[in-house]
Amino acid sequence: MTAPSPERLAADNVGGLMWEPAAESLPTPQLGELQIERLRAMLENAYAHVPFYRKKLDGAGLKPGDVGCHGDLAELPFTTKIDLRDHYPFGMFARPRDQIVRVHASSGTTGNPTTVGYTRADIDTWGDLIARTLAAGGVRPGDLLQNAYGYGLFTGGLGLHFGAERLGCTVVPISGGNTERQLKIMRDFGATALACTPSYAMYLGDAARDRGLRPEDLPIRVGFHGAEPWTNELRLQIEAGLGIDALDIYGLSEMGGPGVAFECLCKAGMHVSEDHYMAEIIDPETLRPLPEGEVGELVFTTLSREAQPLIRYRTRDLCSLTSEPCECGRTSARMSKPIGRSDDMLIIRGVNVFPSQIEEVLMSIPEIEPHYQIVVDRKGYLDVIEVWVEVGEDIFAETMGDLERFQRRVQAQIYNVLNIQVAVKLKEPKTIQRSEGKAVRVIDRRKAL
Amino acid sequence: MKVTQLTVFLENRSGRLAEVADLLGTAGINIRGFSTTEAAEYGIVRLIVTEPDTARTLLHDAGFTTHFSQVICVRVPDEPGGLARVLDQVAEAGASIDYMYSISFQNICFAVRDIDRAIELLADKVTLLTDAEVRAL
Repeated sequence: MTAPSPERLAADNVGGLMWEPAAESLPTPQLGELQIERLRAMLENAYAHVPFYRKKLDGAGLKPGDVGCHGDLAELPFTTKIDLRDHYPFGMFARPRDQIVRVHASSGTTGNPTTVGYTRADIDTWGDLIARTLAAGGVRPGDLLQNAYGYGLFTGGLGLHFGAERLGCTVVPISGGNTERQLKIMRDFGATALACTPSYAMYLGDAARDRGLRPEDLPIRVGFHGAEPWTNELRLQIEAGLGIDALDIYGLSEMGGPGVAFECLCKAGMHVSEDHYMAEIIDPETLRPLPEGEVGELVFTTLSREAQPLIRYRTRDLCSLTSEPCECGRTSARMSKPIGRSDDMLIIRGVNVFPSQIEEVLMSIPEIEPHYQIVVDRKGYLDVIEVWVEVGEDIFAETMGDLERFQRRVQAQIYNVLNIQVAVKLKEPKTIQRSEGKAVRVIDRRKAL
Repeated sequence: MKVTQLTVFLENRSGRLAEVADLLGTAGINIRGFSTTEAAEYGIVRLIVTEPDTARTLLHDAGFTTHFSQVICVRVPDEPGGLARVLDQVAEAGASIDYMYSISFQNICFAVRDIDRAIELLADKVTLLTDAEVRAL
């Protein structure tokens, strides 16, 4: 690991610090040139080493060298999550397995998860992007980061960990959960920065207050919160609860994890790491690029990843982009907080859940009628899922014990696939709404956090 | 000597049990006995009725989930120690009772959330019994 070099950190009055000032404040024309240069190299890499892309580009009559300007990006084919699933586990990798130093995978999927591979250089780049993220929140070498993201296949835990070490922080890899210990360590170790989901940050703030801890009792200054959509209202609550600046970070495992975009202390949208990712906003129906400022689906093209170059990956997140200059001096475009999805994916306590996964489990149980409803709600700060099924004569026996056993069996099967607890609710026949045409399977009662 | 019992699945919604009784009453089916079992969100109703097959078809067509099972019915002397003597025999036979309720009723008792309000609303609509009247039955 490279030793932290203080000269890399340029002090900045309003937008935190810059870990790589030259790259982060690269004038727009040079940034554009750099992107095209890297895009060509990326396409060469994908074309030469990923049969899926060779076929796609050949099919479209395109050669990597054909790309000459930003407008040409729109001619390139899209990549979707299904493409990644179809090439499970390593079919989208552009390097042989012995050059891959790490593999992460997406959470909460049935069948094949989507995998993400990194070369040594990819890990280093990722570390730099996280170091940029942390520095933008004013974190310096010597700060102590309490990393309450989950460690494991999920990219959040190890991603923040390596980036914080690269910046020169003391990292406490506490992972998620165990609130009592989180608060004890936060106070005893003197954590100055926190990384976790926004809902957990809110929960920690409440738990601290319940134990008589005031924000001024905790030296923590800044929090980095992603993996779930959240609002500015929740930001204010987290900030008041823990006495910190709460910053939004954005990433997705397919792009390597967190570090793709992050807020600076101006809290005015997330700076996209544009020297490593090209961002577009498209209309999810027509797939045409939308003008700047309009809300549409976010699409990313990797520019520097060796192990897994992805061309125009459809994130399904709906947001807008602006290239207006930010007060912090970073020249990158900023993305708004995602306001929704262009597919039906639900984010439950940071885990990605597709209703189709629940349906698959239900349909594998022959007694269950083909009518069901998924109701998502929030109790306190915790997301809860209810799965409503109708009690037909195949399920119904004459004792309550039989019905309760049936509920527990369905809950256990869903847990096995999704790794989340759901509550199965038994309903009378024909009471779950039948809709003409497309059935409304999901009712999301959660108010925006 | 087996007796057919009809069981109905009900969500805990106001008026559902009344619908069951209405359907049966309108069809001229008499309820000889019943019991309810409840959980937080749903319950089951057990019924002994005069025409179980017709009752089941009726309820099924009205969208209820039903189930038939076989139970034992026993006459209990209406005197102190009457129930005890029957249960002693059951225990001696080594049978363990899953559930039990009384049938052939003229009076019912039930619990509600707001008992005072319920009594106030029901007073001139049904014949309510006082504590003393019940003890003297």
